[in-house]
Amino acid sequence: MSRVLDAAAPRRRGRVPAALLIPAGMGLLFLVLPLAGLVVRAPWTTLPQRLTEPGALTALRLSVQTATLATVLCLLLGVPLAWLLARVEFPGRRLVRALVTVPLVLPPVVGGVALLLVFGRRGLIGGWLDATFGVTLPFTTAGVVLAESFVAMPFLVIAVEGALRAADHRYEEAAATLGAGRWTTFTHVTLPLVAPGLAAGAVLCWARALGEFGATITFAGNYPGRTQTMPLAVYLALETDLESAIVLSLVLLTVSVGILAALRDRWITGP
Amino acid sequence: MTAPLLDARLVVDRDAFRLEVPLRVAPGEVVALLGPNGAGKTTALRALAGLHPLTAGHVTLDGVDLDRPASRGWVPTERRPIGVVFQDYLLFPHLSALDNVAFGPRRHGIDRRAARATARDWLGRVGLAGQAHRRPRQLSGGQAQRVALARALAVEPSLLLLDEPLAALDARTRLDTRAELHRHLSAHQGATVLVTHDPLDALALADRLVIVEGGRVVQEGDGPSVTARPRTDYVARLVGLNLYRGRAEGHGVRVAPELTLTVADRLNGEAFVAFRPAAVALHPARPEGSPRNTWAGTVAGVQRHGDNVRVQLDGPIGVAADVTPAAAAQLRLIPGQRVWVAVKATETHAYPATG
Repeated sequence: MSRVLDAAAPRRRGRVPAALLIPAGMGLLFLVLPLAGLVVRAPWTTLPQRLTEPGALTALRLSVQTATLATVLCLLLGVPLAWLLARVEFPGRRLVRALVTVPLVLPPVVGGVALLLVFGRRGLIGGWLDATFGVTLPFTTAGVVLAESFVAMPFLVIAVEGALRAADHRYEEAAATLGAGRWTTFTHVTLPLVAPGLAAGAVLCWARALGEFGATITFAGNYPGRTQTMPLAVYLALETDLESAIVLSLVLLTVSVGILAALRDRWITGP
Repeated sequence: MTAPLLDARLVVDRDAFRLEVPLRVAPGEVVALLGPNGAGKTTALRALAGLHPLTAGHVTLDGVDLDRPASRGWVPTERRPIGVVFQDYLLFPHLSALDNVAFGPRRHGIDRRAARATARDWLGRVGLAGQAHRRPRQLSGGQAQRVALARALAVEPSLLLLDEPLAALDARTRLDTRAELHRHLSAHQGATVLVTHDPLDALALADRLVIVEGGRVVQEGDGPSVTARPRTDYVARLVGLNLYRGRAEGHGVRVAPELTLTVADRLNGEAFVAFRPAAVALHPARPEGSPRNTWAGTVAGVQRHGDNVRVQLDGPIGVAADVTPAAAAQLRLIPGQRVWVAVKATETHAYPATG
């Protein structure tokens, strides 16, 4: 009986309906072809020279710096937020969770406009910051960090909250029976338990911050050396120097693929 | 009995379920909460640990109210002088065995070196000095259990709580670990409360058994008295006895409308009658001329039981009988078969149901 089933299984599995196979192939092509185009059109001979051009290097350095700072900011604020959402019952928790994910679906440009309205020189908080401390956020590097954090934080919160929910909270109970208060339990037990999820969330957050465009250009503008990150540099180069745009794009593509490779075990492979 | 170290009345309401268990444990005493799954044993343990608040009642340890809803008294888990061995141990997977055991002393304000020294000492006492630097996933089930015990004892708790401490072990490891656990529990100066559904674990480890069913204490006492005089079907099954409740008058106990058992003991009023399955004899025809309790029964089930065959019989009372394989073959015991059941009065044990 089982042998009959075994023999039949591969045949049945092998029969994929053309109505699914053809659009699936087209979908794959649609996703891969533009990336291949980027690689094909890259000016490989002048690549080293173009990569080391001051403009490209400055943009790259700024991008890495701001994305890293944004990730640190997201970790400082996002991990406690994720803990709150995962571990504490409070009224309106579902609403808070929905709010946290808004930047995921909000067009980044709208996010940039919203940031301007709050942190702009005449904004709700920006005006007060300007008057009290003389601090201006829009069109500064700090503004870039802020814009990137706004867009990237949900990735971290969702990843860490998921890890916290999946982690066995009884370890925290065990820590309590050994005399650990909530904070010690958090730092000595909870965080190590969710470390892989935390790392994955941080990497995703960093990647999202690195690629941020809409909110950054709206809130922080496009000043080389100060607010011009890689995506902004690509956009600008597109109008003046196509090859330069391709090279910069290639760098971002390499970073993205590298991140995917690093995360493949956690995010790419399905169950 | 010395003054109790732990004095508790655990009342926890959970949906339609109500747990109400009074519990007093003397210093050095080991009490087992024994009961079927869902009886509320683990809830009781969690209430003692402060992982589940009481609805009413109190938990008083060494004169200090840890939980007393009536006067809003509450000491959180991390400030209770307790140690807990969880059913699946819950060793921190990111820490070595040594650091798992040192975790408690560290939280109690001991510096890292001293905490590690304490931990090393405890690992030595449970025979795991050589495994100190292994991670929990590199330990066998029995080793993990011992690390969990060392971790709980390393904080020198006034109250040691164990939740099914041997349930996750295979039969062989269980035997060894049980003996070793008994040694450590005997050495523990504080009070110990052990939760288990295994009567062997309870009898081997505890000085006193508290049987919990449906959130209530149904019987309490030391091992011999509980096994000799079960008061519920659950306990009777645990200790392998047939148990009936009825009305006694002299040497007769009416256990069913048309069945009065003749017993050796003499008593009046509500009573239990207990006898061993091996004391039950089966006959193809009504046995004649002996002072026996006899009645007609129907075979409901037959299964192997050690070297014998255990026969479940329906009739005026349900009864389990142990017969030899030879006798079973001779009687052609198959479900539905009618047989005569006989029990000697001298093989029965009757005792009052009250008090």
